[in-house]
Amino acid sequence: MTRMTGRIAALAATSLLLAGQASAHRAWILPSTFTLSGEAQRITVDAAISNDLFYPNHHALSLESVSVTAPDGSDVPLEDAASGEYRSVFDIPLTQQGTYKIGSAGAGFFASWEEDGERRRWRGSAEDLAEAGIAEKPEVSLTRSVRRIETFVTLGAPTETVFSIEGEGLELQPSTHPNDVFAGEEISFGFTLDGAPAAGIEVEVVLGNDRYRDGGGMVTLTSDEEGQITFTPEEPGPYWLSAEAEGTVMFEESEIPSRTSYVMTFEALPF
Amino acid sequence: MRAILTIASLSVAAMPAAADELDVQITIPQLNVAEYHRPYVAAWIANEDHSVAANLAVWYQLEQRSSDEGETWLKDLRQWWRRAGRSMDMPADGISGPTQAPGTHDIVLDTETGPLADLEPGSYTLVVEAVREVGGREMVSIPFSWPLDPAETLSGEGETELGLISLQIISEDSN
Repeated sequence: MTRMTGRIAALAATSLLLAGQASAHRAWILPSTFTLSGEAQRITVDAAISNDLFYPNHHALSLESVSVTAPDGSDVPLEDAASGEYRSVFDIPLTQQGTYKIGSAGAGFFASWEEDGERRRWRGSAEDLAEAGIAEKPEVSLTRSVRRIETFVTLGAPTETVFSIEGEGLELQPSTHPNDVFAGEEISFGFTLDGAPAAGIEVEVVLGNDRYRDGGGMVTLTSDEEGQITFTPEEPGPYWLSAEAEGTVMFEESEIPSRTSYVMTFEALPF
Repeated sequence: MRAILTIASLSVAAMPAAADELDVQITIPQLNVAEYHRPYVAAWIANEDHSVAANLAVWYQLEQRSSDEGETWLKDLRQWWRRAGRSMDMPADGISGPTQAPGTHDIVLDTETGPLADLEPGSYTLVVEAVREVGGREMVSIPFSWPLDPAETLSGEGETELGLISLQIISEDSN
């Protein structure tokens, strides 16, 4: 294949899928309850891409890529799922004690090339890429993209099993369990990029209900050499955390640009 | 009204000689509200690092065949849930009890058996947390040194969901 020729083209292609991730638009998955007690419970979950946190006012988050992982690693099917214009909703029955992950993950490639005098754009999975012979297109520029939008809920005592990493894109390795966050207490979250500590990435943390304030409630942090961020959520409430990393990744012996993003919602309880 | 919950009563009966007892008094205030539900209340002794040194009581809607939702709201006792409840099997022997009406309630614990038996001399905090359905939540903390001076009554007072909270030693010879 041809080496990437134009960064602008790559970014333009990237923006197709990541429109919902641009600074003004925030993707999120918000459970009705983060921490639960009892033997079995049920929660309802909202998923949307919006300007304000957490008010659905832009676009529903597609449920196609949403999956729920139980503490024992099994998949939990979404129940009563529906998507409107602005918001998707679904229920999850919680029958195991421990921490569940609710996540939307997407990985793929963007391609851009000239053909018959026209600028052509394409996006798809690695398999589709090979099948369609995209990498052989003239003067093709490729960008790898991995995005994750996650949240965690815990029935009973928190467990760690759902934090096992897949080694692709940005992933969370919490030092503080996301269901164990209290206002005024220092917390730490770690991140990995393609399985290695994600050092020097920028992480934005925003307190929800921003519709009712003019500004503030936001902190921008940079991960340390171990890929950790440490901060104190001063106010109780739901928070939106967003991390992005740009770099390069090897694809068939070539280095291509890579854009990865990670979003998580969590709550800080009042002490 | 005054109810005595003697958690360690069975153990006391089995003891050859009566030992000192710790009396933790919890007042649930009378509230004039449209919709009143008795509060969930938890009481525990915390170490200086907030970990639990001794669980004393949790009063909640015990689950029966007719109602199995009582444990759903235990997490709203959020500090107790975090420090103790979430890693306990409910109902917990000698700890779980039904919700209590407004009034003063005593939790009387033998100092040499049950949850207090392993309490090393040192600094602790008595924590009482209350949360009420369609109501508020409040936590009262009373720091103390163990063993407690029998001549001393320590107390704290809530403002909304809890009234006077006190702890004192009831000595064998003072009965």
